[in-house]
Amino acid sequence: MASRTVVGQSVDKLDGPALVTGQAVYTDDFSLPGMLFGKILWSSRAHARIRAIDTIAAERLPGVRLILHHGNVPRVAYTTAGQGFPEPSPYDSFIFDRKVRFVGDRVAVVFADNLIAAQEAVGLIQVEYEDLPAIFQPEEAMQPNAPIIHDEEEIRGAFDPGHNLVSHLDLKIGDVEQSLAQATYRAEGTWITQFAQHVPMETHIVIAYLDEWSRLVVRSSTQVPFHARRIISRLLGLPIQKVRVIKPRVGGGFGGKQEILLEDLCALATLRTRRPARIELSRKEEFVSARLMHPMKVQVRLGADSGGQLQAMEMRVLANTGAYGTHGSTIFFNTGSKTLPLYNKAPHVRFVGDVVYTNLPVPGAYRGYGATEGYFALECAIDQLAAKMGMDPLLLRRKNHIREGETSPIFIKLGEGREGVDQTVQSCGLDRCIELGMKAFKWDEKRKNPRRIGSDRVRGVGMSILMQGSSIPQVDMAAANLRMAEDGSFHLFLGATDIGTGSDTILAQIAAETIGLPTHRFTVHSSDTDFSPFDKGAYASSTTYLTGQAVYKAALAVRKQILSVAGLWFEVEPSTLEIHQGVVFNQQGARLTLEEIGYRSYYLADQQQIEASASALSQASPPPFSAHFAEVEIDLETGIVRPLGYVVAVDCGVAINPELARGQILGSLINGIGFALSEELLFSSRGVALNPNFLDYKILTSLDLPRIEIIPVETNEPTGPYGAKSVGEICINGPLPTLANAIFDATGIQMKEAPFTAERVWRALKRNE
Amino acid sequence: MQLSFKLNGSATQWEDVYPGENLLEVLRRHDCWEVKGNNCTNGECGACTILLDGIPVPSCTVFAARVEGRNVDTIRLLGDPDHLHPLQQAFLRHGAVQCGYCIPGMLLSAHALLVRNPHPSRDEIQQSLSGHLCRCTGYLQQIEAIEEMARLPEGAE
Repeated sequence: MASRTVVGQSVDKLDGPALVTGQAVYTDDFSLPGMLFGKILWSSRAHARIRAIDTIAAERLPGVRLILHHGNVPRVAYTTAGQGFPEPSPYDSFIFDRKVRFVGDRVAVVFADNLIAAQEAVGLIQVEYEDLPAIFQPEEAMQPNAPIIHDEEEIRGAFDPGHNLVSHLDLKIGDVEQSLAQATYRAEGTWITQFAQHVPMETHIVIAYLDEWSRLVVRSSTQVPFHARRIISRLLGLPIQKVRVIKPRVGGGFGGKQEILLEDLCALATLRTRRPARIELSRKEEFVSARLMHPMKVQVRLGADSGGQLQAMEMRVLANTGAYGTHGSTIFFNTGSKTLPLYNKAPHVRFVGDVVYTNLPVPGAYRGYGATEGYFALECAIDQLAAKMGMDPLLLRRKNHIREGETSPIFIKLGEGREGVDQTVQSCGLDRCIELGMKAFKWDEKRKNPRRIGSDRVRGVGMSILMQGSSIPQVDMAAANLRMAEDGSFHLFLGATDIGTGSDTILAQIAAETIGLPTHRFTVHSSDTDFSPFDKGAYASSTTYLTGQAVYKAALAVRKQILSVAGLWFEVEPSTLEIHQGVVFNQQGARLTLEEIGYRSYYLADQQQIEASASALSQASPPPFSAHFAEVEIDLETGIVRPLGYVVAVDCGVAINPELARGQILGSLINGIGFALSEELLFSSRGVALNPNFLDYKILTSLDLPRIEIIPVETNEPTGPYGAKSVGEICINGPLPTLANAIFDATGIQMKEAPFTAERVWRALKRNE
Repeated sequence: MQLSFKLNGSATQWEDVYPGENLLEVLRRHDCWEVKGNNCTNGECGACTILLDGIPVPSCTVFAARVEGRNVDTIRLLGDPDHLHPLQQAFLRHGAVQCGYCIPGMLLSAHALLVRNPHPSRDEIQQSLSGHLCRCTGYLQQIEAIEEMARLPEGAE
């Protein structure tokens, strides 16, 4: 590969100047005459049938224009999950149902001339409920006589709804029981994770309107515009041709916007009233009625021989998918498929588990997508095993982790809600991540330090190693369209969905590098289903890796067209020409600018539009790798855990834009530390969320940062564009096990329930005394 | 009721302000779309921060009536896309902007800090950002950008 001029550069985000000056770029920075404001009435009951809804008083309120509920909307079973068709999530939702399944479920929506009237009208709707027994613990959901949460006849795609089961799997490789019985060393435990929210700074918001052709336009803060279009169309019985979804700039997603949550209601209101309609979730509504992270109980059993070689690994999962099964089975599969291949040499592996309905709010896709919960259990079990062996946990990991040129039987047996795809790891910098990470962290030195600091504090160090994936192989497609203007600038049309990650800039860099000109000559359009080519959207760590391949192919084709025009001009073979910085050179050094080529192609000779489209479907999901190291200090009097230093080394292949890659690493890391130490949505005994606000649900602030060092470890992934792999999700999986292992090192206590709040740690210390 | 105040230095008079409306609602109703964060309305996230007589405050916590005769500055105070303020450039250079939703508010708090104290310590910088929640970045990038500005000689901003 010749030296690169654009890939590998920290080019400023193309949308940066608009964002730092507060331009009107988000869904809500926009108003239309006659716009209706919607407010949703949420269920106050955890599990109930709706006997009657009385909307008369609400309808009489001045300004109220439309009230929708189960009695006056189409009844179509669907999933809110924005996944490829056919969705691997169960069809267990309705626009409005005759039944409510959690406190915060949809009951009705009011659209009014202003927000105040809508809000007041919501309070005037009388609902008569018939309460049903509710389930709040996943174990209760599996009892033989448990109330059935989804008793509707239309439900499709759930494993056994009569027993509240969304998904069940029992995957066996070898004989785990026998191997565990024969193992010299064993580790075992159950690790529990909590309800947590994505907390995008911009909550879910949708504005719908009719365009001048009476087509439905839906402006949405979404990660999945094409899936949204398809799902709205089916729900409303409107041809896809009549629906346009526009994704403006999005104020953060993290998986929570891979859901169709408000689009259907605004669309219905617009179709019925022919007026624009808007719904925005308040912060409280975002916490309770948008989506959460799946709480899981993950039991891991490990067995190793006398030399520390892992022989058996068993992972048993019980996942709580709340009232609806959106992303339930795919996340559960990922808990195994993204973790177990990391230790690929164990001949005996079992992955078994259940995903169950409960009458609690609804988890969905969340950055990490099940791997976070799996790594908490697996990487803490590895430390337990190392402690039993009296071995440095770093050495135990080195003995067992996957390496370049190797595979794992899990890759083919376990995919996302179905079987996976066979693959060999073609790039793996994990050895170097561990090596460089331990040196920067001073692992050996710090492990020799005394644990006790004064009379009331202890310190400890912990680590973990991780892998993720890049795209869903043989499932999800991405396309790109690239078009040249006569001034030699380019329009790059993408269905890929930049939700703040900088993917527009990264994808423009790939095109710029391929053609041979600077990134600022590109205008990126993402996404508008009327103009963008198809892309599955922003999820599964796939935009740089997968859409990047489509952009690369389209740019190669455009480059070929440019050279062919230049070849006619110079009267030489196109293959003898080169492009540098937007200028074509022949072998004699004569120059031709892209602008000259653009004008010639548009107006003068051999006229043609220089443009190309290309699609990509991945055949593999190359894992990025990472090693995490942390030092914590624990106050023995209060139980407060303070992370002091954190080192993270990451192999994401070639970072197309190192600053943006660093941004993904840091952002996911800080989110993960918050998840490990403080973030937890709590519920009353009736299933009411107790802390749906930023005062009581603590995410990290600028005052809560440990010293952080990030070490990029470059590898070259041969299947990725310019050697790139993914980096968006992997690091959120590290803090839970890393901090738990550091607490273990400091105190001898394995914290098995997250988050490690002062109260939980204090109680564990007291129990241990 | 009528409201007269200075918005980004210009004398402004709005006739259709209701008693009890907060400043955030009123600003956005008058197309000041640069003030973000129309969802927590509790002063908890900091996205809707403006400068009130030079002091950063979340505009959702201020009754519009309270700004009568006072100076309100939004992010328009700093620069426009073709003429970015050095602080805005520093934010971009350090990767401080991902989704960008919290950024106008953060920039205003950082700017107010640098006006008051051109060479703040790291601790003071962290304090100045503590009222702003960001889920994308991890805060280090903004801290580094402000530190770079703090290293510049006085008046260079």
